[in-house]
Amino acid sequence: MTDLTQLNLADARDGLAKKQFSAVELTQAHIDRVSASSALNAYVLETPEKALAMAAESDAKIAAGEARPLEGLPIGVKDLFCTKGVRTTACSNILGDFTPPYESTVTQNLWNDGAVMLGKLNNDEFAMGSSNETSRFGPVVNPWKAGDTALVPGGSSGGSSAAVAARLGIAATATDTGGSIRQPAAFTGTVGLKPTYGRCSRWGIVAFASSFDQAGPITHTVRDAAMMLSSMASFDKRDTTSVERDVPNYEAALTGDIKGLRVGIPQEYRVDNMPAEIEKLWQQGIEWLKAAGAEIVDVSLPHTKYALPAYYIIAPAEASSNLARYDGVRYGARQQGTDIDDMYAQTRAAGFGDEVKRRVMIGTYALSAGYYDAYYVKALQVRRLIAEDFTKAYEKCDVLLTPTTPSAAFEIGKNVEDPLEMYLNDVFTVTVNLAGLPGISVPAGLDGDGLPLGLQLIGQAFGEETLLRTAGVLEQAAGFDAQPQDWWSA
Amino acid sequence: MSVDENMVRRIANLARIGVTDGELPALAKELSAIIGFVEQLSELDTDGVKPLTSAVEDRIRGREDIVTDGGYAEDVLANAPEKDDEYFAVPKVVE
Repeated sequence: MTDLTQLNLADARDGLAKKQFSAVELTQAHIDRVSASSALNAYVLETPEKALAMAAESDAKIAAGEARPLEGLPIGVKDLFCTKGVRTTACSNILGDFTPPYESTVTQNLWNDGAVMLGKLNNDEFAMGSSNETSRFGPVVNPWKAGDTALVPGGSSGGSSAAVAARLGIAATATDTGGSIRQPAAFTGTVGLKPTYGRCSRWGIVAFASSFDQAGPITHTVRDAAMMLSSMASFDKRDTTSVERDVPNYEAALTGDIKGLRVGIPQEYRVDNMPAEIEKLWQQGIEWLKAAGAEIVDVSLPHTKYALPAYYIIAPAEASSNLARYDGVRYGARQQGTDIDDMYAQTRAAGFGDEVKRRVMIGTYALSAGYYDAYYVKALQVRRLIAEDFTKAYEKCDVLLTPTTPSAAFEIGKNVEDPLEMYLNDVFTVTVNLAGLPGISVPAGLDGDGLPLGLQLIGQAFGEETLLRTAGVLEQAAGFDAQPQDWWSA
Repeated sequence: MSVDENMVRRIANLARIGVTDGELPALAKELSAIIGFVEQLSELDTDGVKPLTSAVEDRIRGREDIVTDGGYAEDVLANAPEKDDEYFAVPKVVE
């Protein structure tokens, strides 16, 4: 039998339908590979027994001719998603051994469609980070290497990106607040899709910055991303920002035909010090889409340079409010104090890591009396200007093409001491969150060190079908089939 | 604008995060660097621009004011660090 961990989601689905292998066999192959992968630190909790029970149920469904859309397909779940009866920590000490008595809407949707859970995946603490180095469980190592140097897998969904790249799950759930799906996808040669704000329910996902947070998949292919989104997306009354809108069959949108599609190239994304290889890849992407019949249009997003500063006020402000709930009273790890206020302060001092503390304090500062208008309100005004940039650009084009990141994956430890340098990773992705738009990173080539690079497509609100169709064409043209050499399996 | 040690102490207190005196200088430096970075926004003229709080600008949906969920105190308390009967237990607040 061929190595079942080499299959993508669509091929595994088809193989199961043709009874070439069983869901239990497919799941066992992944469980074996996961259990030998501790060098990557991608999983923070493995659930092999649960996975095998779910797979056995899937085999019964398939035998009965009642297969659901993701029947028997084993996936990993970012530790930000609450999973009923399965420890969920957001990779923060403050959550202790929190075991949710409920299931997030997105994961419930996936299980309702037959998917199998392999376990919980590492991420930056509360999804705050771009390298997966702020996790309480330690850093994730990128399966890709430049020589002998250990690299980050991107973040915050670094466990998700590393797991998919190393074939420790056919797909993974992830979340994106400022680039946390697309940047790790670019760093690992995988596809990362951040849907429109409101497309996937936020219910049961540990909150970071609620007006930006959005769940999406990391997968091997654009088709796999379409399959995952078709299940993950839903209207949910329990999320007040969930948008009431039918979920199309996204896979059906992959027609391969983009003739006449107008692709915008935002001039402001040509930033200083961008490696020539990324500039070249971007140009190559333009040529690929042009060759497929798209019309290339120059557009301007004049407020792009203000996106990161606006984000680093608004996101910490929302985080400081969201994370107020971690006080050692209702769940998580409590520290003793001299009185109740001291108990809160000691619990939060011991439970939060450095980056989370920094962001909560920045947010507290921006929201405090005397600074609220100068920082928070100002940032919200800039947010509108950035959203309007996109509205104007979309009068001239249908989708935008940009690089996903300003560099390939970097060395573990390189940016730990310099938060601002770390923040710059999200320079091309964060605008999309401010405007609530969908974006996708598609692996498009390798750099001189043999590391993957991604191109990003940005769509219009609820324009996932056009976005995926264009991404499919880009994927086909790039023909990216490189895989990291397996150095980690024990 | 730079953040001094007194300001760090004030913010930490507002955020209910315990900090030791030894941590203050490094925090002041880090927070000042971030505040310095976000202050680029002051270059922009935003007079008359309406703040954008959410990408979904629809009115928040209302619903009937009825109980739709609940009745499982045991589940709610299952993760509590300390509990007493059907209550969360905290250090004594009122003498």
